[in-house]
Amino acid sequence: MTGAPLIEVEDLRIDLDDGSRRVAAAEGISFRIDRGETFGLVGESGCGKSITALALIGLLRPPLSIGSGVIRFDGREIQHLSAAAQRSLRGNRIAMIFQEPMSALNPVSPVGRQIAEMFVLHKGKSWREANRLAVEALADVRVPAPERRVNDYPHQLSGGMRQRVMIAIALACGPDLLIADEPTTALDVTVQAEIIELMRNLCAERGTAILMISHDLGLVANVCRRVAVMYAGRIVEERGSADIFRDPSHPYTQGLVDSLPRLGSRAALGRSRLKEIAGVVPAITNFPDGCRFNPRCAHATDICRSIVPTADFLEAGGLVRCHHHA
Amino acid sequence: MREQRGKGDDDLILSVEDLAVHFPVGGGLLGRNRRLLRAVDDVDLKLKRGECLGLVGESGSGKSTVALSILGLLTPTRGRIVLDGQVITGGPSGDRKALARIVQMVFQDPYASLNPRQTVRRTLEDPLRVHGVTARSEIEDRVATMLRHVGLRPEQADRYPHEFSGGQRQRIGIARALILNPRIVICDEPVSALDVSIRAQIINLLLELKDTLGLSYIMISHDLGVVEHMSDRVAVMYLGRIVENGDWREIFERPAHPYTQALIAAIPDPLRHAPLATTGGDLPNPLNPPNGCAFSPRCRYAEDVCRHEPGPSLDTRPDGHAVRCWRAEEIVGQAALASTESG
Repeated sequence: MTGAPLIEVEDLRIDLDDGSRRVAAAEGISFRIDRGETFGLVGESGCGKSITALALIGLLRPPLSIGSGVIRFDGREIQHLSAAAQRSLRGNRIAMIFQEPMSALNPVSPVGRQIAEMFVLHKGKSWREANRLAVEALADVRVPAPERRVNDYPHQLSGGMRQRVMIAIALACGPDLLIADEPTTALDVTVQAEIIELMRNLCAERGTAILMISHDLGLVANVCRRVAVMYAGRIVEERGSADIFRDPSHPYTQGLVDSLPRLGSRAALGRSRLKEIAGVVPAITNFPDGCRFNPRCAHATDICRSIVPTADFLEAGGLVRCHHHA
Repeated sequence: MREQRGKGDDDLILSVEDLAVHFPVGGGLLGRNRRLLRAVDDVDLKLKRGECLGLVGESGSGKSTVALSILGLLTPTRGRIVLDGQVITGGPSGDRKALARIVQMVFQDPYASLNPRQTVRRTLEDPLRVHGVTARSEIEDRVATMLRHVGLRPEQADRYPHEFSGGQRQRIGIARALILNPRIVICDEPVSALDVSIRAQIINLLLELKDTLGLSYIMISHDLGVVEHMSDRVAVMYLGRIVENGDWREIFERPAHPYTQALIAAIPDPLRHAPLATTGGDLPNPLNPPNGCAFSPRCRYAEDVCRHEPGPSLDTRPDGHAVRCWRAEEIVGQAALASTESG
């Protein structure tokens, strides 16, 4: 991995226009992903992780818009590209898969055609050639009997098979970056394992970087090399994925890691009361001043209630936004 | 309210015996080509007073069908359900009201399971009225007490569900389930719809209430971490049948059925950047189940005997651990050998 990162986000702010005023749904978002790297964005619903992904792929629509900041893809700023330029980037070099494949697929079009369309639109192939490539793409995502399955409609496939089709569509044009937004949340655990392994292996083979978005810290830490944790519109901690579980630095991350019943912990340590994170996630229109976690934080002091913490580098590597981090 | 004791095994609050629920599917006007979907077959479960029975398995495994049968909302095709000494297998025609006083349910989605046009008070009062509590003061008393039990304030009773956060709504859902003082609560994925940072609050609350109110739980969840934390016993279902049933520690530390092993191995280990163990294939179509053991097409230990009828039966070992697998003994032996070698 030499030189420039594949994608670099600098101080991105995403505005939500609620009719009378603009509020920042996400702000101060900065991170970079190298070529072929796996990077995770983790957080609860409403923390801004999905809209950050939509901003990268140029799919923010009113009332959401990019307020300020820079998104650099392969050295080029893309935050203000025209719709046409964005369209050619999307699908071709940046692709995305979503949580619910049934709603992301066209229900009245055979899945083979939906894959073939990628080759026709982005690669200028003939339909005949594109259909042949679609069969290959289905075989690549390990769909059995792909030459028959291309004629199936989405409702004829299981949830796992549909997500495989989504991956085939996303990877059809050999993108540099795959954004996976909760790709397995709707699936059972054994199917989740299949889909994750498929995605991980295909992207590793092809050198495709992954930006994985999930509420499941455990899953993201397993899949990704680095993880950023978001809370109430800001990244509060960014670490190597093993470090974030062993030695979380931000009180919110610590709370998350401690509050989850981990498989094997009862057998090893006995059953104790789970550590709770007090309070609730603040509403977007009502973010607290200073550090947004301060009303729920046991370590909060006056400075936390008034001044936004800066992102500090940690000796062990990584970043944390907390006035009182170790 | 708890003076009534069941006959027979005093320890048992619920026993499900040989439960089967089959649905006819498809078929034309004259009922030709009708096929039978065996949603649940041969299910035996026992729940002891004060215990939590974890029920795990993937979607379509029959967990919810078992729950609905126990609640009396589905008529079983076969089998017996004995609740607190009473046989209740009449199905929907039976005495739903009496049943509702014994067993209640906490639903997954507190946004969908509360009536948005009813205040919390109304949601909690209605069941009391239906069950013959009419004294104004008693109703108020019980609503206030229940709200305190679930960590809400009595003065919040006149608000509507949308005025509460997700975690608070689930607390209301729990209060609704407990207002009639049931003995058994079926929790169907009670924290899956909640924000991650709220889940611990609800899990702690459920465990506290179980002790203070002397409840017994059936905990349905796909989150094995939650099941391990809460359960005393665990039953694992696959395609309508129980494939393994045992003490929580046995199930999680020495899983004997290849499916249970696969479920546990599929959980990502956050501390290791390692591939997830995969099983291969999807859940088979329940209308066209595989021959022999239902898990055989996905099982890495499957041999000829596994692919032919009859399928394996659920064999209970002397320690109470039951497994439905022809090769369980060999597999456990192999696993033990492997762990001593690697350890």
